[in-house]
Amino acid sequence: MIHIEHLTKRYGDTVAVNDVSLNIEKGEVLGLLGPNGAGKTTTLRVLTGYLPPTEGTIRVGDSDIRSNTLSIKRKIGYLPESAPLYQNMLVYDYLMDVAAIRGIDPANRMARVRELARMCAIEDVMHKAIHELSKGYRQRVGLAHAMMDDPEILVLDEPTSGLDPNQIIEIREIIKAVGKEKTVIFSTHILSEAEATCDRIVIIHKGKIVADGATEALKQQASGRYLLSVKLTGAKAQVCKDAFSTVEGVEEIKDGAPESGQVSLVLSCNANNDVRPEAFQIIRDNDWGLSEFHRESHSLETVFRELTKEN
Amino acid sequence: MTVKRVYPIFKREFGSYFVSPVAYIVISIFLILAGWFFFSTFFLYNQAELRNFFALLPLLFAFIIPAITMGLVADELNVGTYETLLTLPVTVTDVVLGKFFAALAFCAIMLVPTLAYAVSIAFLGDLDPGPVIGGFIGALFLAGAFAAIGIFASSLTKNQIIAFIIGTAICFVLTLIDKMLFFLPDSMLGFFQYMGADRHFQNIAKGVLDSRDFLYFISVMFLSLYLAALSMREKF
Repeated sequence: MIHIEHLTKRYGDTVAVNDVSLNIEKGEVLGLLGPNGAGKTTTLRVLTGYLPPTEGTIRVGDSDIRSNTLSIKRKIGYLPESAPLYQNMLVYDYLMDVAAIRGIDPANRMARVRELARMCAIEDVMHKAIHELSKGYRQRVGLAHAMMDDPEILVLDEPTSGLDPNQIIEIREIIKAVGKEKTVIFSTHILSEAEATCDRIVIIHKGKIVADGATEALKQQASGRYLLSVKLTGAKAQVCKDAFSTVEGVEEIKDGAPESGQVSLVLSCNANNDVRPEAFQIIRDNDWGLSEFHRESHSLETVFRELTKEN
Repeated sequence: MTVKRVYPIFKREFGSYFVSPVAYIVISIFLILAGWFFFSTFFLYNQAELRNFFALLPLLFAFIIPAITMGLVADELNVGTYETLLTLPVTVTDVVLGKFFAALAFCAIMLVPTLAYAVSIAFLGDLDPGPVIGGFIGALFLAGAFAAIGIFASSLTKNQIIAFIIGTAICFVLTLIDKMLFFLPDSMLGFFQYMGADRHFQNIAKGVLDSRDFLYFISVMFLSLYLAALSMREKF
């Protein structure tokens, strides 16, 4: 449905997006991940017709962003980062105005605004000025703005940044509900969020795509190793390290988070060996006190850090 | 159907003037200044005419109108609503036109109370309707030209104060240029005379409706709005 073709965007000498190509299917929920300044926002801004591409193009259906900006804008609902809205307008007035600009039939505007208010849970603040709203409410008004004429594609730029955990979950619920029928593209740098809501994740670093795939596949891609974290009492660090290093499958031993009176180690292990029984046997044999013993699979976070490391 | 897209923008912009106190303050300042400058000398001249009112109007407009338009684009750029607005299905031209007509409508509202001058003077003496009608028509064209310049100034910066200063500077130069003509060589006289907004406005305000004067104002509007649209497109 959306075809990004060799998109490059430069600001003067700075290359914000560098030769990015991406196809997004109808109905996908796509998470755009990347560190700050990676080019997420720029990509979204070109897609929504706010910035013209320097090179390459974006096609949505049959329309090209260079020649058919208006028809693409009609298909896309966009919420910019931090939801910039007219501060001194009432929520109701604002949404009615957006409905007018979106060309919704005057007879249906009221009904549509009501429906959105219910969907985004902003019925209680409809009569308030936007500057009086909390960040969470403002973000939801922004969502209502983006979903006004039921767009085929919903583009959200960091929709949950600056929200408290409850609000984040509420926004995610809305995204999930919308994502059942629509194409949703959102950027974030919160990995758990992408993990929880997306079908597909694209990681951008320095203007280039460094990873692209289904959420599960991406996680497995990096799961050649797993970590075993162990905390022991009544032991000496060096003795422990020597003992554990004899176990087959342990590839590296690092010091874990220090805690007083305890030896804290993180064992990096090969995914083909389960080192836990043997490691536990060593602990028993040496009569060490065990206060922590758990395995972590390589998370999306590790993938992200590997791919976006400097240099 | 551009009107379909321009009208909601116009309506929003025009409405937003009246939700903040700025509109009322600007209208008050305008009426106080215009009223005081005009009536302080009106009875000395002892003439039933509005000529003095229209004579000072360009100078007043030169700093009142940039104040009206200074936030139109600058504030949107500053707050970031520009992005929200321009990713709706509208073009830059729609936005510029919507804002221009909102500013022009606001200026018209601001002029309405001054119709009372004409009415009250008509009671005092024999008022010639030609120059008065011409004056108010001319005032609308003048306001349109200055509003367009103000929008252009506003599109150059995120800072409203800077937008105001740039707008005022351009409007002042256009107003005063034909009073500085004696500094200029004869060969350039005609050109700079034609550039002056004041002379064209005073022609219309005399009741002389010459197409050249209207053409002047219309070209200033077109040029300024075109430049505003250009500068808004080049923001990125």
